[in-house]
Amino acid sequence: MHIAEGFLPPAHAVAWGVASAPFVVHGARSLVRDVREHPESTLLLGASGAFTFVLSALKLPSVTGSCSHPTGTGLGAILFRPPVMAVLGTITLLFQALLLAHGGLTTLGANVFSLAVVGPWAGYGVYRLLRRYGVPLMGAVFCGAFVADLSTYCVTSVQLALAFPDPGSGFLGALGKFGSIFAVTQIPLAVSEGLLTVLVMRLLVQSSKGELTRLGVLVTSAAGGKRAESAGAVAR
Amino acid sequence: MSRNARINTLLLLLVAALAVIPLAFGLGDHKEEPFAGADGEAETAITEIDPDYEPWFSPLYEPPSGEVESALFALQAAIGAGVLAYYFGLRRGRRQGEARARERSVAVDTDAGARTGADGGRD
Repeated sequence: MHIAEGFLPPAHAVAWGVASAPFVVHGARSLVRDVREHPESTLLLGASGAFTFVLSALKLPSVTGSCSHPTGTGLGAILFRPPVMAVLGTITLLFQALLLAHGGLTTLGANVFSLAVVGPWAGYGVYRLLRRYGVPLMGAVFCGAFVADLSTYCVTSVQLALAFPDPGSGFLGALGKFGSIFAVTQIPLAVSEGLLTVLVMRLLVQSSKGELTRLGVLVTSAAGGKRAESAGAVAR
Repeated sequence: MSRNARINTLLLLLVAALAVIPLAFGLGDHKEEPFAGADGEAETAITEIDPDYEPWFSPLYEPPSGEVESALFALQAAIGAGVLAYYFGLRRGRRQGEARARERSVAVDTDAGARTGADGGRD
């Protein structure tokens, strides 16, 4: 659920646009480089973008009695690194802003910053950290996708609280208010997104071993231990 | 069902359960408008905090009705699902094709081996 059209004061809208722009430009460059160097990965890139498309169209009911949708950015961030997701996320946001009146052009910068910049980076960071400490692949994928989803909506709450501090309780009061609307609603959806991302990653491990190895998601060193580890991850 | 397929089905069932539980237990009943969008609620919260705030820009295009909007959302999901299905279908087909090509080349090899053996005998 993005910030609706016109719901950020002009100064904030511009500031978030300026903050997001370098990430999208840098992302577009690395996307072009990726495709040029590895044309065979175009298909998987498309599939990652498609995953974001599906998930951000799924409005799901949550325990708070309201609806929101997952983001689907964790998968692409884990596979292709976060800069690429800045572009794919922006495409999804543009589609929704232009055709669905969901989100908006004036709030695009802010929404790109939460969904296409912070979400992918936070999810990727958690994923890499957990992998480094020996967490099995699927466990790390679940946590990465969960964090990518939830952090997106935490940023949205911060953005709105900055723009609309509560007259009585200030920024923190407003943060509590927006956080209870966005972030709390999002927790079960982030779990759903984690599970769906694990599902797609399992299918990828079955179908695209070579590609995942090239991207560094699967490790195929000659050591039997490593192979057993990834096999164990597949079985989970 | 293989162990793999069972786990995948279980993952899907868990996601479905997470979506159905709030509906089944009526967790939206305390609201005037149960299961409305969180973004709409945020708009309401903004007008509570700052009653004078007027959105200064409106969407260039707005779906004329809920039906058209849901159609466009369905289109978005369909495009995404279509691309994903194409990807996995293509991969599966390629794997099967490679496996079949391997079988065939093994069969051809043994054939050829038998024939050269027969030729050798004739000479």
